[in-house]
Amino acid sequence: MNPYYYDLHTHSALSPCGDNAMTPNSLAGMASLAGIQVLALTDHNTAKNCKAFFAACKRYGVVPVGGMELTTAEEIHVVCLFPTLEAALDFDSAVEKRRMKIENKPEIFGDQLIMDDEDNVIGTDPWFLPAATEISLAEAPELVRRHGGICYPAHIERPAGGVIPILGDFPPDVPFASYELHDMSLRAEYEEKFPVLKGLNCVCSSDAHYLEQIRDAEHSLMLDDEPYSSAMLRISLLKRLGNKP
Amino acid sequence: MTAGELAQELSLNILCLPHPEREVTGGFAGDLLSWVMGGAKEGDAWVTIMSNLNVVAVASLCDTACVVLASDTVLDEKDLKTAEEKEINVLNSPLPEFELCVKIGELLK
Repeated sequence: MNPYYYDLHTHSALSPCGDNAMTPNSLAGMASLAGIQVLALTDHNTAKNCKAFFAACKRYGVVPVGGMELTTAEEIHVVCLFPTLEAALDFDSAVEKRRMKIENKPEIFGDQLIMDDEDNVIGTDPWFLPAATEISLAEAPELVRRHGGICYPAHIERPAGGVIPILGDFPPDVPFASYELHDMSLRAEYEEKFPVLKGLNCVCSSDAHYLEQIRDAEHSLMLDDEPYSSAMLRISLLKRLGNKP
Repeated sequence: MTAGELAQELSLNILCLPHPEREVTGGFAGDLLSWVMGGAKEGDAWVTIMSNLNVVAVASLCDTACVVLASDTVLDEKDLKTAEEKEINVLNSPLPEFELCVKIGELLK
């Protein structure tokens, strides 16, 4: 077991709100400079930049995790993480069928750029990616689990997409083993107000949409890493966050 | 009826009103971004309790005549500045959504 600095919630230029400078290589390079060892790409309702992201992370010596920030039917944001690139892409296909088809207006919301391993733009997604899917919060954990992944509510304190402002409470009956706070200093306050959180893992990630929002390595998780491989480390990470502490 | 007249008739608070002359031709109520994006039409008075930057983006996308924030909801200073830049009319009222919709509906008859 060793501590690994993580950032498990970041956006690339494929998210409309993600800066176009958030190319897979810039993201991986910047995170590497910041001391991040395990980095997840979690674009809104898509994993289509994960392939390039895996190649970029390999280049910069960072362990990549394929993921997605799923928007549930209730417009609650959920971080989904997968053990392999293939699993993330399979989940992408499953979600794609259940997205609300609202045309993206790049001039208002921003471009949605799909990139290759060299940061070349190889396509765009025409539909506004962060729009709600048909997948409810209650359904999400089982759907993600069927693809081998785990999920937990993102930035639970935030008015836009956070479970607590939207539902007024942390759902006690949905099987989450973790939750994400954008601001870790709020942990004691939230555990006090919502005691169910005391029994869960608290994850703090950057939710970076711009390169300058990638934070210096601060939060780490103890992960089983023997025999070492990035695949093994991803499995350890998912086990760690998929089970209550 | 214009957005400015609507504000006056219903004693709405003006948070940002760069285009008081905008004609209000209909109404829409909704608090989930995606539903509003799929349903609100150009010229609508959009009644909502949503209170983040998405309000500005969606109002801009749908080209609504004005946003009416119900139940004393407000936008923070940063988001209001964006509303000004994007020339979005933003009003608010202590009335809850249903009552606001009823009153707007009467005015649009």
